[in-house]
Amino acid sequence: MDEHKLRELVAGVKDGAVSRRAFIQRLAAVGITAPIASQILAWNDVAMAQASLAYKPTKAGGGGPLKILLWQAPTLLNPHFASGTKDQIAGRIFFEPLAGWDKEGNLTPQLAAEVPTRANGGLSEDGKVVTWKLKQGVKWHDGKPFTADDVVFTWEYAADPATAAYTTGSYTNIKVEKVDDHTVKVIFKEATPFWADPFVGVVGQILPKHHFGEYKGAKSREAPANLKPVGTGPYKFADFKPGDILTGTRNEDYHVKNQPHFDTIEVKGGGDAVSAARAVLQTGEFDYAWNLQVEDEVLKRMETGGRGKISAVPSGDIEFIILNTTDPWTEVDGERSSIKTKHPTLSDPKVRQAFNLLIDRDSIQKFIYGRGGTATASFVNEPKQFRSQKLKYEFNVDKANKILDDAGYKRGADGIREKDGKKLKYVYQTSINAPRQKTQAIIKQACQKAGIDLELKSVTASVFFSSDVANPDTYTKLYVDIEMYTTTQPQPDPERFLNQFTSWEIANKENKWLGRNVSRYSDPAADEAYKAAQKELDPAKRAALLIKVDEIFCEANVILPLLSRTRVAASVTNLMHDHSGWDVDTWNVAAWYRS
Amino acid sequence: MATYLLRRLLIAIPSLLGISLILFTVLAMAPGDPFSEMATNPNVPPEVREALRASFGLNDPIMVRYLRWLSAMVQGDWGFSFASRINVDTLILQRVPTTLFVVGTSQILALCIALPVGIYAATRPYSVFDQIANTLAFVGFSLPTFFTGLLLILLFSIKLDWFPFVYRSDIAASGWRWYWEMFRQAIMPITVLGLFQAASYTRYVRSAVLDVIRLDYVTTARAKGLGEKTVTLRHITRNALIPVVTLVALQMPAVFGGAIVTEQIFRIPGIGSLLIDAILANDTPVIMAVTFVFACLVVLFNLIADLLYGWLDPRISFG
Repeated sequence: MDEHKLRELVAGVKDGAVSRRAFIQRLAAVGITAPIASQILAWNDVAMAQASLAYKPTKAGGGGPLKILLWQAPTLLNPHFASGTKDQIAGRIFFEPLAGWDKEGNLTPQLAAEVPTRANGGLSEDGKVVTWKLKQGVKWHDGKPFTADDVVFTWEYAADPATAAYTTGSYTNIKVEKVDDHTVKVIFKEATPFWADPFVGVVGQILPKHHFGEYKGAKSREAPANLKPVGTGPYKFADFKPGDILTGTRNEDYHVKNQPHFDTIEVKGGGDAVSAARAVLQTGEFDYAWNLQVEDEVLKRMETGGRGKISAVPSGDIEFIILNTTDPWTEVDGERSSIKTKHPTLSDPKVRQAFNLLIDRDSIQKFIYGRGGTATASFVNEPKQFRSQKLKYEFNVDKANKILDDAGYKRGADGIREKDGKKLKYVYQTSINAPRQKTQAIIKQACQKAGIDLELKSVTASVFFSSDVANPDTYTKLYVDIEMYTTTQPQPDPERFLNQFTSWEIANKENKWLGRNVSRYSDPAADEAYKAAQKELDPAKRAALLIKVDEIFCEANVILPLLSRTRVAASVTNLMHDHSGWDVDTWNVAAWYRS
Repeated sequence: MATYLLRRLLIAIPSLLGISLILFTVLAMAPGDPFSEMATNPNVPPEVREALRASFGLNDPIMVRYLRWLSAMVQGDWGFSFASRINVDTLILQRVPTTLFVVGTSQILALCIALPVGIYAATRPYSVFDQIANTLAFVGFSLPTFFTGLLLILLFSIKLDWFPFVYRSDIAASGWRWYWEMFRQAIMPITVLGLFQAASYTRYVRSAVLDVIRLDYVTTARAKGLGEKTVTLRHITRNALIPVVTLVALQMPAVFGGAIVTEQIFRIPGIGSLLIDAILANDTPVIMAVTFVFACLVVLFNLIADLLYGWLDPRISFG
């Protein structure tokens, strides 16, 4: 989508000619995620839509217990230490950020009185200052008032490297000032188009200064409140056994009228995804189960009993394949897949193009992922305004054969193509996970028909996704020809997400393979567009730049997106919930109710 | 006796040291690291990951880390979990009661089945009862607990809807209702574990009784005109139980290990599931502590078995 068109659309929303939803869908069609779309609107002074879940109960409480089953158990409750979604989900029951993201990517105020816009003076013209007005009359669970001091403290806490907070990336390059008791200013060093990061969503939960004040920095582990949280959220802490069960009771002083509906909340952990789905869909022992990475067929069978239902919401997670353009089988300066090398065959754009044609994305979606993903050719899919409209995928074995024939790859006696003595034989790795192994098999079959031989390799997830420098099987090392995994887009804005396509992020020996660009592919045009997007305040231009970065990599067939993943949850039929692909499942747990 | 005990305990120290050193080295060299979740998170800059590694002491040489662990352990400090950042001993103590309850009850159940069945079968060898008992025992220990567990879940939770299949450590009830709920949720895991153990114990009891039944003193007792019941209970069973008791004692640590699978299936928050979670999260201090506890159990139960043996059979001296 070009800039001009985006502008027209934004104007349309302003005039009321185009609805917000339609706008977001249009942008989605071109590969822009919903939160980005709504940021574009916010920047252009179109107000955010209200939370999508209509809350029916007329008084707080009376809903009985709410039982949530996570198949990975929460292990800690301080949201700034939360290393995985399971901990963030648990922490969010007690703590709240200034604003959260709903499933359409709208910024929704939680502890903020309103979402900052240019019209209400919340966003400065130069893009460097965001002023948040805080909700008044909010109390911590211990009765103390929530003020701007707590917000400023949360910044100091998370920004301190000695605290070793996992959220620190969102707080290190900013300054936060208290204006008055209920107003804070976030000051960025440079114009920042994606300003809704600090104090928002997963990374933004506000901590009470009076409980954490003494435990900033190196003493952070010792804070008693790490395990006995005191927050502003809808439920008060009752009991926690790490790795097992978490319970809470209704916060009678909750700052939203008539919420929450349930009297107690319980989060039980452990087990596996299939049996978690079973406990909700088949036996109804639990009300809600999250993140069901289970084949859709299995879920559908469980749903037939009518006790529960599945809901899938779009997210920025993308399952994709990387074709290695460097040589994984030659060691240079103690490092394989070094950028100083070239892959004997995969560095040939024709081979990569042919490979892309051999991926039957529609079948993979239909037979493996079902509601768990949507076949796509774009790396960024959500929010919709950042999705490329240009990128298309195709499954065509004949075409792939023709391309390889034309490029001079002849079939040998064993049916495998080769050119200049280099065979099209590859090692294709991914983590151990049933849908992934099935995907590998589908692709291997198609490749056989085109004279490409794939050796399938699967690595246990705890090794594949680790940053262990000594292990050759981590995904960041890419010591094979082809690999496949899902990467998570934590924010609706894809800027930080797309840094994995920049040349300075290339994973190599120097940065201990901690760099984010795992493909090692780089293109000056992508670097340039990325840098320009970082400073571009005009949302339309910015989206166009980020889309360009995406397109460069996908058109080069180095990054082969497969599916835009959805977040799948199961709930009992009468539970009204509202989970979002841009925030944790419990982001709006106060508004859940039983009909 | 006292000197024997002291000598055994002194021997246990170097073996435990050796075990801990091997465990520690293997864990330190094992692939994976506790901060893997951070690796895919673009919000966590590499510096923070490095700082965390440094503050958790992961960058030091293995020997230094081992000595630090050992000296802390000797002072009663078990370290803290990387995943939940709370002390490992707290974590383990939280899980012990549940494991003891489930494993303990299942052992009692196993013995309650194995003793009468095994003895009765041995006194009537090759009878119909003996053959049925033998076949069932054979089937019993051939079926792995993860299979029987799933079978019970499918039958009693999903088809019949009688029992819950998610075990909860805190039940929102009190008094009799609490006991009832506790019992209801424990039935399936205890049955799975108990039957599995019962199967192997039955065969063991049977052969132990068969060994004794042919001995001269049994014939003597019968010749004295004692009733069959008295001969079986007073003379045969008592002597046959000596090796059985040893077996049960030596099996205890293995049972804790065997419960790992069952704990995972029924989501029982016991030691076994703690170990599995810790392994998946590469939470080294917890893995280290739990496996070390298992090692201590093995050493301890070996000692208990030896002592029991001597106590049951006075011919064995501790000189």
